[in-house]
Amino acid sequence: MKELRNPVAIRKLLGDIEEKARLLGRTPRLMEVCGTHTMSLFKHGLVPLLADAGVEMVSGPGCPVCITPDGIHEAAIGLVSETEGLTLATFGDMTRVPTRNGSLQTAVPGRGSRIRIVYSPEEALEEARRDPSRRVVFFGAGFETTIPAIAFTAKRAAAEGIRNFSILPALWLVPPALKAILEAGEIAVTGFVYPGHVSAIIGAEPYEFIARDYGIPGAIAGFEPGDILLAVRSILEQTVEGKPRVALEYSRAIGREGNPVARALMEEVLEPFDAVWRGLGTIPRSGLRFRKEFAGLDAAPTYGLKPGEAHRDLPGCRCGDVLRGVIRPEGCRLFGKECRPDSPLGPCMVSYEGACLIHFKYGRERRARP
Amino acid sequence: MTKVSLELGSGGRLMRDFIAGKILPSFGNPILDELSDAVHLPGGVAFTTDSYVVDPLFFPGGDIGRLAVNGTVNDLVVSGAEPRFLSLALILEEGLETDVLDRVIRSVSAAARAANVRIVTGDTKVVRRGQGDKVYINTAGVGRSVARPRLGKIRRGDKVILTGTLGDHSLAVMLARGDFGLSSSVRSDCAPLLFLLPLWKKGALWMRDVTRGGLATVLFELAERLHYPILVEEDKIPLSKPVRAASELLGIDPFYMACEGKAVVIAPAAKAAEFLRLIRRHPLGRKAAVIGEVQDRVGRPGELLLRTEAGGLRLLEPLTSELLPRIC
Repeated sequence: MKELRNPVAIRKLLGDIEEKARLLGRTPRLMEVCGTHTMSLFKHGLVPLLADAGVEMVSGPGCPVCITPDGIHEAAIGLVSETEGLTLATFGDMTRVPTRNGSLQTAVPGRGSRIRIVYSPEEALEEARRDPSRRVVFFGAGFETTIPAIAFTAKRAAAEGIRNFSILPALWLVPPALKAILEAGEIAVTGFVYPGHVSAIIGAEPYEFIARDYGIPGAIAGFEPGDILLAVRSILEQTVEGKPRVALEYSRAIGREGNPVARALMEEVLEPFDAVWRGLGTIPRSGLRFRKEFAGLDAAPTYGLKPGEAHRDLPGCRCGDVLRGVIRPEGCRLFGKECRPDSPLGPCMVSYEGACLIHFKYGRERRARP
Repeated sequence: MTKVSLELGSGGRLMRDFIAGKILPSFGNPILDELSDAVHLPGGVAFTTDSYVVDPLFFPGGDIGRLAVNGTVNDLVVSGAEPRFLSLALILEEGLETDVLDRVIRSVSAAARAANVRIVTGDTKVVRRGQGDKVYINTAGVGRSVARPRLGKIRRGDKVILTGTLGDHSLAVMLARGDFGLSSSVRSDCAPLLFLLPLWKKGALWMRDVTRGGLATVLFELAERLHYPILVEEDKIPLSKPVRAASELLGIDPFYMACEGKAVVIAPAAKAAEFLRLIRRHPLGRKAAVIGEVQDRVGRPGELLLRTEAGGLRLLEPLTSELLPRIC
């Protein structure tokens, strides 16, 4: 790991990048798709270094907490407020997303109900297993990275016949969202830095259409500073050569084929549908829902929830525009004023992968005086 | 109607706003206004108080009793006082097992002996089941003033020394709660910092124990009061293996994690090497390092900057949202 943060190696990579950017004769604009990349870029102070090297980075939609529309969050809030004796288990960030009905943290649970923060869906299933009299709903948001674990838990719950457990799914697929951004044409992207952990599951093939049909280069990257710069250099090389492809700059961890076992598991339990994303609207085959055989595990019909109904953001919140890369967080009127990490008005200021939180926390970069 | 949230007690911005907006206007006086961890009273006496609500009561490397002694002892030490006497106030929940209470009391006793302080007064209250959580402790501490922090004397070139690794206490408590379903060899660093006392006589300019809010918040609050920016070098910061792993795997930022046996010392430039040698000589200071400097090459006065391992430069913000309630 150490060498991927080594300042000498980093300087060398930045030098290569600057040289390639100069050959291009214009400022390349790269989208880091994933919030974890945004975090790493900012935390390590790479954004100003890349700007000095002539590369502009723009954050993409890769934060599952953020792209889950308010309707689903509101369904979860309503469920735990109006049901008795229920545990709503979810990831920590999900509890702080503000909606017009407050957040899970401000919600008052029904009699005997509670909200529990978990780090894996298995923890929620374990509670259901331990206490059959208690109803447990796992509110799970995630991309291809987390989906296999959720599918695995669903399969186990079904196999063990655990009836007091269900899942409120907010499961999203990355490649269709990138296609939607390209089709919308609101932002000109020179290349994509693809997320290493999502790619560990899906492999390189699902991005190939971006190079083939849109002529846009890209590279799969890990999360250390050196990993990201290797990907940036590869994208610029592809641009200079005019040969767009999907480069794999994370081969120390993954192969081009991804993880077929995990994919088979996802396919066995879940099926794609036209899902609604915050900011991006309806995208064909971009979400996953339970297949008929596993429909009993879906919390929405079990509890009469209508997660698809409300899609209105809080007034003034521009998370949707941030997620499409159309504006930077600083471009939102609320950023850093009414909307701050301790008083968030949108999910991008809540999630650790949210662009607004990251820009607020790490974004006020400084450069050394010459 | 606004309500008190957990974040108010996090040591972050909300707490700072609360103190500035509610506490100071209500009670303000020249002694309180210093807002130091312990205050120097007329007659060479230093005074402090702190409450302890850690959950769980027992965790690897410590427990609430040990914390209640060392936390208060350390507040005195970093304010320039030799700890002498402690009060001990217990708030117990009805139904608490007496075995648990005995363990806590034994631990208070052992910690007080180790820190060379005497418990000289106290109080016990019991609240109904569910109206408290097992044991809460408040301790107040009295010490003998040995020196005053000299913020006004901090100059360009003075060094920032961190006395050991960051974050071990936070991580030990988190894992003891079973939050991650992970196990690790990490232990809380809960310990008395008495070995730092001699540095005051040798010209230490300022000290602070790194507790809630973490290193970033502690240094941010210092930088705000200086006429120079502070620059911290990420690659100089000592981290234990478990904390490094947690920061990489779980994305928890060690800059905001709490310690209970580490301090930041501002040393005059000319004495930094000697200070470091003295600190490292003590078992609790073996991993000490100079992690930064008061300087004016980068940044603006009052700013806290970080040179990242990768060579980037960014501002370090104080903690804004609660990482984890009831850590101490």
